[in-house]
Amino acid sequence: MANLIATPPFGDTLPVTVGATTITERPIERAASVAPFAGRAKAVSAALKQAIGLGLTGPGEWAAKGEASVIWFGRDTWLVIGAEVPESLQADAAVTDQSDAWACLRIDGPQAEAALARLVPLDLRAAAFGTGRTARSLIGHMSASITRAGGQGYDLMVMRSMARTLAHEVAEALQSVAARGA
Amino acid sequence: MRLTCPLCGERDRREFYYGGDAMALERPAPDAGDVAWNDYVHLRDNPAGATRDLWYHDGGCGTWLVVERDTLTHAIAKVTPASEVAR
Amino acid sequence: MRVAGKGLYDQSRRIGFSFDGKPMSGIEGDTLASALLASGVRLMGRSFKYHRPRGVLTAGSEEPNALVTIGQGAQAEPNVRATVQELFAGLNAQSQNRWPSLRADLLSVNDLAAPFFSAGFYYKTFMWPRAFWERVYEPIIRRAAGLGALSGRHNEDHYEKAFAFCDVLVIGGGPSGLMAALTAARSGADVILADEDQRFGGRLLAETEEVDGQPGAEWAASMVRELEGMDNVRLMPRTTVTGAYDQGTYGALERVGLHRPREAHLPLECFWRIVARRAILCAGALERPIAFPNNDRPGIMMAGAVRAYLNRWGVAPGQRVAVFGNNDDAHRTARDLAAAGVTVAAVIDSRAEPGVSGDFPTYSGAQVVATRGRQGLTGLTVRHSGGTVDIGADCLAMSGGWNPSLHLTCHMNGRPDWSESLHTFVPRAGAIPGLVAAGACNGTFSTSACLSEAIAATKAAVSELGFKPAAIKAPRADGAAYRIEPLWAVEGKGRKWIDFQNDVHVKDVLLAAQENFRSVEHMKRYTTQGMATDQGKSSNVVALAVLADATGRGIPQTGTTTFRPPYSPVSIAAMGAGAQGKGFAPERFTTSDQASRDRAAPMIEAGLWYRPSYFPRPGEATWREACDREVTMVREAVGVCDVSTLGKIDIQGPGAAQLLDFVYTNTFSTLPVGKVRYGLMLREDGHVMDDGTTARLGEQHFVMTTTTAAAGLVMRHLDFVLQVLRPDLDVRIISVTEQWAQFGVAGPQAREVINSLIDAPVDHATMPYMACAPVQVGGVGGRLFRISFSGEHAYELAVPARYGESLYRLLVAQAEALGGGPYGMEALNVLRIEKGHITHAEIHGRTTAFDIGFDRMVSRKKDCVGQTSAARPGLIGPEREQLVGLRSVTPADKLTAGAHLFAGGEAAVRANDQGYVTSVCWSPTLGSNIGLAFLRNGRARHGERVRLVDHLRRIETVCEVCDPVFVDPEGGRLRG
Repeated sequence: MANLIATPPFGDTLPVTVGATTITERPIERAASVAPFAGRAKAVSAALKQAIGLGLTGPGEWAAKGEASVIWFGRDTWLVIGAEVPESLQADAAVTDQSDAWACLRIDGPQAEAALARLVPLDLRAAAFGTGRTARSLIGHMSASITRAGGQGYDLMVMRSMARTLAHEVAEALQSVAARGA
Repeated sequence: MRLTCPLCGERDRREFYYGGDAMALERPAPDAGDVAWNDYVHLRDNPAGATRDLWYHDGGCGTWLVVERDTLTHAIAKVTPASEVAR
Repeated sequence: MRVAGKGLYDQSRRIGFSFDGKPMSGIEGDTLASALLASGVRLMGRSFKYHRPRGVLTAGSEEPNALVTIGQGAQAEPNVRATVQELFAGLNAQSQNRWPSLRADLLSVNDLAAPFFSAGFYYKTFMWPRAFWERVYEPIIRRAAGLGALSGRHNEDHYEKAFAFCDVLVIGGGPSGLMAALTAARSGADVILADEDQRFGGRLLAETEEVDGQPGAEWAASMVRELEGMDNVRLMPRTTVTGAYDQGTYGALERVGLHRPREAHLPLECFWRIVARRAILCAGALERPIAFPNNDRPGIMMAGAVRAYLNRWGVAPGQRVAVFGNNDDAHRTARDLAAAGVTVAAVIDSRAEPGVSGDFPTYSGAQVVATRGRQGLTGLTVRHSGGTVDIGADCLAMSGGWNPSLHLTCHMNGRPDWSESLHTFVPRAGAIPGLVAAGACNGTFSTSACLSEAIAATKAAVSELGFKPAAIKAPRADGAAYRIEPLWAVEGKGRKWIDFQNDVHVKDVLLAAQENFRSVEHMKRYTTQGMATDQGKSSNVVALAVLADATGRGIPQTGTTTFRPPYSPVSIAAMGAGAQGKGFAPERFTTSDQASRDRAAPMIEAGLWYRPSYFPRPGEATWREACDREVTMVREAVGVCDVSTLGKIDIQGPGAAQLLDFVYTNTFSTLPVGKVRYGLMLREDGHVMDDGTTARLGEQHFVMTTTTAAAGLVMRHLDFVLQVLRPDLDVRIISVTEQWAQFGVAGPQAREVINSLIDAPVDHATMPYMACAPVQVGGVGGRLFRISFSGEHAYELAVPARYGESLYRLLVAQAEALGGGPYGMEALNVLRIEKGHITHAEIHGRTTAFDIGFDRMVSRKKDCVGQTSAARPGLIGPEREQLVGLRSVTPADKLTAGAHLFAGGEAAVRANDQGYVTSVCWSPTLGSNIGLAFLRNGRARHGERVRLVDHLRRIETVCEVCDPVFVDPEGGRLRG
């Protein structure tokens, strides 16, 4: 019988530390997209809340409880990370395994926001993108999910095949910012 | 250029894909005849002034939008999810 | 000459640099221009057309003359304005547009031939013979023309782009800009203050006036200190706002590493996209020259620049300085020079009654009518009411008045208004939504009025944004009125230069008018006025005035040229920053990437993906040998290929089957669970969009595959159908391309390989052709599809991507044990051509279902996208070019993709064109060159011979037309 071994998406490109800012992999053990069918969002939210303690969030918002988080992921779609989506939800929502579809890294530290401003066309100021906020946007030419993880940290997700490009681009932006000095 | 996506808020133009004139919403019935289908598939106005076109929030939430804008001033009057217009 | 005790910088802090190889020194805070002037260098460059000796004209980014090359080799940066380049230790600058040296330039013979080089010279001279245009004239003109030269080498320098957001963007950090920024910041708004200079203060750094009882520069510094201490303020020195764009977006170029030695990772420049809810334009004003005879000699400068060099950098640009002007600034310049101990040779005021005077010789109602000094000014002749007088001077400061820097207000098609009192253009309010001009750029010239206007404009702006404007009062400042009497060009013999950078003088403009290029836009293009890198910042208004005079019209009737972005030059590298390498095209790697590279497979790009081309083995000299082996291996044993790059879309919901019926030409609602069907997708115009297989995993659950190239396109299309055309369908779709690593296993031994790895083996009964089923691979949930692109007995096995690399290595090992192995894109392509399977080489956007022989797949029982158009006359019928197979009659004769097809004896010209070739290969299975082609009425012509002609590669091959399915047309192998 075959014995399959898991390979993480970033290879040897991470971690990267520049000054007090770090870029590290955020391994995703389990993730699924949840897209409620027409008129079923409330029911899905309630069922999810009962199962994992988190309901569906508003557009551009995310929430976490323990290991589990629910991230708004686009039109009518949420990503549930770190918790099993109950099978009963499948009557009311399209539930699709996304555990291996995305690569996630965290950039955290005093120069994280400045580095991201080199790559992301989003208003990252705290008033516009504070704690609890998430966005679907672009990192360079890569479609991405960008989440304010709290404090100075951001979680960045791109399609798994682009993981190494993501690590390279974020590291380069960070080094570029750091080279300016104080 | 910036568009205000009803779901995501104001975003840079690079997140959007241009989808042509909003008359693409008005698909004729299969038996509407050659003239109606030719109009739908091929004929477009090129107005100097108010226009209504489709944009897809490709680098964002994936919503198709109807954007009312002015080709002379570049002012954007309204952005609506195409699903609400189509309904 | 440095004036001891003058200037804002410490004169004891010396810095070494070189100019044309000669070591020199300046002080910290110097620009290259101020350091050169301080070292007594007046000659800094040669002009564009006549190679006339030129010195520095200005002290800012509008500089037309003092252009130099900084650095060497691939790092050399041409056309750098010496007035903008900050001095740093080791700076290496070279003059340009001269040979062999700046002082003895051979091409200055152009100047002697000047009478022949008038406006329109090129248009009139190089007319015939026509054959000479590109081969003779252009190379000659190109060699003689141009300013600095590019190195021609790859530039390894690092540039950066960035995004920024604020409530209020203040453009320009002079007195108005500082006041505006402080007003906005104290009101609680998020503020960005950008200024092109290294230091904030604007004209206050160049003047001796006081603000709030302190020297202007000190007041500016105290303002900067307060702004620096505020969290809601971002100060951006060395940042030029270069353009105003839609919805409050501004482009800005920041010089990051140009003022210091190269450092790893440090970008040279950063191009910012700043989004501001409101903008206050405080860009100041630019002084304009006066067109008098030979007004271009080194040593003749703008009066404001002379004050800047003196007051800011402590440099006297000459020992005997004359001043010529039509406004009070001439006297201000003379006063500053005299106070610093510089000899003022004369003040020449064109006004009859200036109303001001000082302790120096003053000529009223006077004009400069001649100048002397080949490589630098030695003297000038003044005509005044009492006659003419010769005056010795090594520097002449001139002021023709000030032009507000209103450029940005024109960037969205706005036009400025002419002010009859200021004799200049002023911005029109509302030209850029959300932007308001304040201070000198708005035609408000006294410092006191600038400060008040900036406060008022900013208060109004922040109020609109919902902030309560801070109580703030304008400090005391100079309130002297601006008094000017227009003077554009002086009568007299000799060339009176207007555009210094493009060598346009008064007579050129007059000639343009005479030859009926009376529109300002025509005059500009005929004379090249304002078309150099300075975009006529100093010269446009003068040229316009001369044209107005020549055509007997007023200036506002004559018009103005349109200012377009960028305000000052932006390097292409900065604009394209972030778009090199991975920033240009992200690299997408399959899970098997490393395993393929381990086998030395050359990787080729397929869109953003990298895929193995072939897997070389020892003894194989060419790719063809490897490819032929891999094809035979699949046909005779088994091959493994990563097919994960194909798009995969998960489709769920009560309306899922109806959606597929609507987007595919054929019917999917009848597909049983556990089965796969090939589907064809059309665009609404009836042409093929994409194809692929779709599997039914459950009653309301499908997984669709798309081609690698069209994955994004199909996703967008499905979203369009669901949101716009069929909102009645309750369906949810999401890409699962990246969730699954999927591998094709093809060949007679395919089932053995699959069964060696899945937990429960399959056989023909459980897994017939076009079946699909969930499987377990070592306890990991996967999906198995019995589908074939090669025409062989084949499967595709999918597992979650994290296990992809592991599974691929196992599959290849199992295949090798059975005499098979991995195959790459080349073999994949040969296999599918042999089988007559299409790719985007065939469905390239101009082919219909009819053309590819699939018109029976367009169901008439239901509506689908493209169905109506596909039946249109002209898209079906014998006149269409239809998919056929081609075989060279002599097996070794080559076929080439892109070649066209002609009937036997007909000439190979367009009128006789019968079709074209889309895909070709050497078929090891058939032992012949074969191809796929589109041939007019081709399906009725199997067995005919046609001539393949490739004009580009000079190939002619006689081919036999055949069915596109070369191998196993009955399909026995893939079903077996």
